[in-house]
Amino acid sequence: MSHPSAVRIFLKTIAARAYPRFVSSYRNRTWLITETLLPLIGTIAMIYVYRALHAPSRYLGFVVLGGVLLAFWQNVIWAMATQFFWDRGAGNLELFAMAHTSLAAILLGMALGGAYVSLTRAIAILLFASTLFGVGYTAAGLLPALGVFVLTISALYCLGMLLASLFLFYQREAWQLADAMQEPIYFLSGFYFPIRSLGAFVGGLGSLIPLTLGLDAIRQLVLPGTPRFIPIRWEVLAILVQIAGYALLSQVSLRYLERQARQDARLILRST
Amino acid sequence: MDIAVETRALRRVYRSRNQEVVALDGVDLRVHRGERFGVLGPNGAGKTTLIKILVTLLLPSSGTAVVDGLDVVRQFRELRHRIAMVSGGENVGFGMLKVKEQLWMFSQFYGMPSTPARRQIAELLERLGLSEAANRRVSALSSGMRQKMNLIRGLITNPRILFLDEPTVALDVGAARDVRDEVRRWMAEDASRTVILTTHYMMEADELCDRVAIVNRGRIVAEGTPSELKQRVQHDAIVDLQLSPGTRLLDALRAVDGVAAASVAEQDGIDRFSLQLSSDAALGGVMRVVEGSGRQIRGVQKREPTLEDAFVKLVGRGMTEEEQG
Repeated sequence: MSHPSAVRIFLKTIAARAYPRFVSSYRNRTWLITETLLPLIGTIAMIYVYRALHAPSRYLGFVVLGGVLLAFWQNVIWAMATQFFWDRGAGNLELFAMAHTSLAAILLGMALGGAYVSLTRAIAILLFASTLFGVGYTAAGLLPALGVFVLTISALYCLGMLLASLFLFYQREAWQLADAMQEPIYFLSGFYFPIRSLGAFVGGLGSLIPLTLGLDAIRQLVLPGTPRFIPIRWEVLAILVQIAGYALLSQVSLRYLERQARQDARLILRST
Repeated sequence: MDIAVETRALRRVYRSRNQEVVALDGVDLRVHRGERFGVLGPNGAGKTTLIKILVTLLLPSSGTAVVDGLDVVRQFRELRHRIAMVSGGENVGFGMLKVKEQLWMFSQFYGMPSTPARRQIAELLERLGLSEAANRRVSALSSGMRQKMNLIRGLITNPRILFLDEPTVALDVGAARDVRDEVRRWMAEDASRTVILTTHYMMEADELCDRVAIVNRGRIVAEGTPSELKQRVQHDAIVDLQLSPGTRLLDALRAVDGVAAASVAEQDGIDRFSLQLSSDAALGGVMRVVEGSGRQIRGVQKREPTLEDAFVKLVGRGMTEEEQG
């Protein structure tokens, strides 16, 4: 058999690793409740808070868009970054690691498979909450916002790969680490409020997470009157830099930590 | 002869905060291409560590290991498409997937084109009697079926060297035989294929392996064909002694003059001692010890030496004694 090219293996691995996630969401549909209905309730609850405070209607839009991107962040942190921890416990990590493929492709496959669920959740939040509470968006900004969304998600998944490599090293602590990161990230990214409210320093710190800048840019594009953190073009540029930077860092980190994991017996279940 | 696997002074130390455990302590090994090579040893002997190093999942602390001509430390990426590993009791994969889907998924990690991969999966499922389970969810398989599926996973990528780590552990007799038969058949298809097998089952090693190495406490204590190893106890009289349960007797039996080695395994409420006597005359001393213990003799049998007897003589204890701690 001729030896397949690295690109072919990479792409096939992504598709193959996405497949179980895709199939399991199709065969076990309880996720429609747990992953769609329940997060929708959370978003609606926050909308009611703003309504009770008589906040301007664009604030409802902030919450809806925050809820949309939150779905992807949770996919990255729970379905990508911590996944190697679970895979190791199941014995899958050994087989992934010794397969003639890259761990980055495995991670991307996991993310892609999980993105199907996240996308459904995001669309449900966007449609239901926007319709239910009469949130309007600027039509002219929708297409550019979609472009920013794609870039943001790309940067986010590159960050996810970086986190996965770090979590591979931290193993059991990865779970607690992801859990501990959850609320601070919600806060720093401005999921439910414009990031400008946090000021330049905290906002700048939060901007290390691609969601922060992406969300702010999308809000600026489709919700007129959004308090601007920085101009959209700078936000887009920063996201592009993050895509390149996190992709590079994740590759270096994955390679380094895979070697460390081989040295410290972190890829295997049994050690004797 | 062409070498499939070679290790030199291979050493692996596990370090934790308080202690250092030497899992492999200077292992020199040479496996020829086309061989079915067995690695035998009690729990904690270092068998799995050896395999994990050879399949690139673990780095050695020192020494070298070359598999299919490639260094496992430096050339591990090139090596990975040439090898496969199947472990006993594996619970890998995704229970939600169907058997054929799971096998397809793993084939894709090696870049196999989907159509030939699916064809090959169907053929292997047929060969191992799993065709009817092809559309069954992995979570619904029995342990025997699951292990056959795992074996197919190891075979579909057509590895040059197949590593089997306790492949028949906890399988029923029929499933274990099917696995062994398939390994033999797979080897017979191509003379350049190599199998490295770790096992607890002496009968399996005797039946399946061309050569075996006995590992104890991280070192290889003996190496050779099963018959060569059995010859080491050829001059001993092998006596099986079945006794009712009672006080510990093994040390007293080992101390009898003329007893070269002894091991015990409990089965169906009876202690089955296996004794290697340098002469028949030693049997008298053995019987006196048994009488003194108050245990009842349920059976005595003299038989031909097996690989297990060689193991007991070389390691100083039986495989199951180690397991029972």
